[in-house]
Amino acid sequence: MFRIAVVSVSPVSRALRAGLGAIVALLICAAPASAGHGDEALARFTTDRFADTAEGIKALVASHLATKDAILQALGEGRLYFDPVRKQVYFKDIKGRLDDAKTGAPAAGVTADALKTVRVSNLVRSALQDARGSTGLTSSDPAKRLAAAHDAFRSHDPAALAAIDAALAKEKSPQVRRALAAAGAAIIALNSKAADQDRLQAVAVIGKQNDAAAISLLSQLRDGPKGDVQAAAASALARLQMQAAVWSGLQNIWYGLSYGSVLLLAAVGLAITFGVIGVINMAHGEMVMLGAYTTYVVQQWLDIAHPDWLGASLFIAIPAAFIVSGLVGMAIERGIIRFLYGRPLETLLATFGLSLILQQAVRTLFGADNRDVVSPYFMRGTFPLGGLSITFGRMWIIVFALLVFAALQLVLRATPFGLKIRAVTQNRRMASAMGIDTNRIDALAFGLGSGIAGIAGVALSQIDNVSPNLGQSYIIDSFMVVVFGGVGNLWGTMVAAMSLGVANKLIEPFVGAVLGKIIILVLLILFIQRRPRGLFALKGRAVEA
Amino acid sequence: MSALNRPAQIFIGLLVLGAVLVPWLSLATSPASHLHIPEYVVTLVGKFLCYALLAVALDLVWGYCGILSLGHAAFFALGGYAMGMYLMRQIGVRGVYGNPTLPDFMVFLGIKSLPLTWWGFNHFAYAMLMALLVPGLLAFIFGWFTFRARVSGVYLSIITQALTYALMLSFFRNAMGFGGNNGLTDFKDIMGFRIDAPTTRAALFSASALALVLGFIIARLIVTSKFGKVLVAIRDSEARVRFLGYRVDRYKLAVFTISAMMAGLAGALYVPQVGIINPSEFAPQNSIEAVIWVAVGGRGTLIGAALGAILVNFGKSWFTGALPNVWLFALGTLFVLVTLLLPRGLPGLFSRKPRPLKGLPSPGPSSPIGEEPHAAS
Repeated sequence: MFRIAVVSVSPVSRALRAGLGAIVALLICAAPASAGHGDEALARFTTDRFADTAEGIKALVASHLATKDAILQALGEGRLYFDPVRKQVYFKDIKGRLDDAKTGAPAAGVTADALKTVRVSNLVRSALQDARGSTGLTSSDPAKRLAAAHDAFRSHDPAALAAIDAALAKEKSPQVRRALAAAGAAIIALNSKAADQDRLQAVAVIGKQNDAAAISLLSQLRDGPKGDVQAAAASALARLQMQAAVWSGLQNIWYGLSYGSVLLLAAVGLAITFGVIGVINMAHGEMVMLGAYTTYVVQQWLDIAHPDWLGASLFIAIPAAFIVSGLVGMAIERGIIRFLYGRPLETLLATFGLSLILQQAVRTLFGADNRDVVSPYFMRGTFPLGGLSITFGRMWIIVFALLVFAALQLVLRATPFGLKIRAVTQNRRMASAMGIDTNRIDALAFGLGSGIAGIAGVALSQIDNVSPNLGQSYIIDSFMVVVFGGVGNLWGTMVAAMSLGVANKLIEPFVGAVLGKIIILVLLILFIQRRPRGLFALKGRAVEA
Repeated sequence: MSALNRPAQIFIGLLVLGAVLVPWLSLATSPASHLHIPEYVVTLVGKFLCYALLAVALDLVWGYCGILSLGHAAFFALGGYAMGMYLMRQIGVRGVYGNPTLPDFMVFLGIKSLPLTWWGFNHFAYAMLMALLVPGLLAFIFGWFTFRARVSGVYLSIITQALTYALMLSFFRNAMGFGGNNGLTDFKDIMGFRIDAPTTRAALFSASALALVLGFIIARLIVTSKFGKVLVAIRDSEARVRFLGYRVDRYKLAVFTISAMMAGLAGALYVPQVGIINPSEFAPQNSIEAVIWVAVGGRGTLIGAALGAILVNFGKSWFTGALPNVWLFALGTLFVLVTLLLPRGLPGLFSRKPRPLKGLPSPGPSSPIGEEPHAAS
């Protein structure tokens, strides 16, 4: 400001005024920039020209301005503004408040009406991209450094090599070091002027990097001019692709286990009721649905009554769903099924009628559209495991299914109640003769099976839509699991659920989801022809069962 | 027992009378007359008659042979698709894309030439033959594996359900070449007559009534023959019949196949009356609803099954019009009440001599031979 005053008061001829004006303008920009405070860079954002903006980005990166990251981010997201009259730059922060770009402090007395947005073109975007790489490499946040290293790998811009080497010298985090080394290697490998020895080494480094970017880079090299480097890239690529195939197979198996554990949850209750009472409960899917709706109700109730406890809603929902579905199941057994013992086909029909009633009741109470069940924080997100990407939600559901299975085995094998259930399953009349109240056991076993279906509903509410039709989509698969695994044997149910789940997900990539399901169904139908009593049927003396 | 006893004669007489009288009342009387039957009623009842034929087919296997098929809608829908394919080919250049051989959806999907599966469906006779043969063949192959492996009871019910479920999923796929999700619709004419003309509707009604008569007579002939006696014996004690030296699987296979063909015929007559066939006809729930028609009318009666189908569907039409939210409650309650209280269906209410239904084990946990409990883990 001071210089302006000096120049403007100089007694110079009118003819020189115009030329000096231009110099003045330059001085305004250039003088503070030499101090590294970024004023020159900021001034370039106020000219409303893309080329200036791109230059401004480069100048900003070179400066030591504390707010430069925020400014670049705001520019990329269209939140950077300038005042065309006063030549000042502002950005809106996340909350929409206007901050002065230079200080980052709230800009008092500035209204958005007087401001214009700093426009973004492809030129500006690519400058931003480069800037993000170079500012990211020196960022204090390791995640940003990692992202910048990945960016550098993808862009393999030779100009970045020096910055990468500098960053590598300072870097401590092993993960970021690996990424930086790979980025450097990518630049060298693609530089046809570099020595073959260096390039071969670089290819070897890239070959250890196992991701899509490495594969695309290596295939670029493989398709390039012939030579040692090309051959090395081809073999590294083949090895990577082999690894990728193995990992994707493992990933599919993981998906299969996750799907299988859902099937296990849905089917294990059915296996109990079918095993003990020998009837098919077509309303079993609706017990699952009731469990899912219980989860929803618990969450709504906590939201209103005890918002602090909202995070624990799943843990409250598990016993609640067990009780709700269990009680409904016992009511069904006492009210309907016990009158139909010895007539399994009639039971099938009556329980189908019940499933219609329950679905319609829920539809009337809650509406036909999907209800929203929020996942707690520990169910969200993913983490990498080798080449696998594991979602927390799926992982916990597998763990949960195994826990429920273990608990159920414990109840059946280590409690008097379980002993009685097994006795009635094996030989109802003999159990009765030994003094077991078979009616009571029937009701309790039915309640147990239904309650577990309710718990399955809690798990399903996390991964599926909570709607009145929730249960229907699982019921046929659950039947298949029970029939495949054999009745009255929980281990059979487990093996059947997991193998059906894995088989489904392994076939899916080749033929698509629907055809995969059809193939599985047809295979199962054929399987039942061969082993009508399932995989794990125990041999008995009955003529037929 | 004579094949055409008095009730059977009355039933057939009423149907033939209806086949003649209803079209006449619909076409020849003026709309103002009290005797006039509106066109929509003709179509509605015609639809019910198709359901009745499906119910007779199901009663034949369930009521007389104890095979609870939860997959009969599959045979019905396959028959419907055969007819639908014929009707699609009749559209010709009147489709949106105006392609003389390819139905609209094929042009839309970029299929260049008619798939082999569609060959011959421009001939009515071939389509009708397929409407009988395809369900029959599927039932034969399915039954061949299933009955020989002695899959029975609820296991059989579940895999028939899986069968129709698998077919539903298949037909939803565009790659099957049967119109995918949307199925086949937008029909123009049948055998050269406009499909929505009142005369065509009336003719379809008569055809449905006569098909029901035909199906009923065949079913009566079967159940009153020696063959039918063996079927009933299989229903009542399969093991005993086998020990007497009968090839149980062959009897079951024969009756299952005949029943599937009947269901296919019903489906073929159903489609031109409703004007659409899509994969949701394969839905397992449709099969189970058909079972409840038979249960309401009383199984092992044939006439009852047909009446049950008509009655329940009248109820459905009325409820879904007047109280749409209540219909599923009513249907569900019907399932529960009929199985719990009326093992012989509504006719059981009026039976003077209450006697236990033959072939049904008495209620109670005590299990007969066929229900030996399973071993536990």
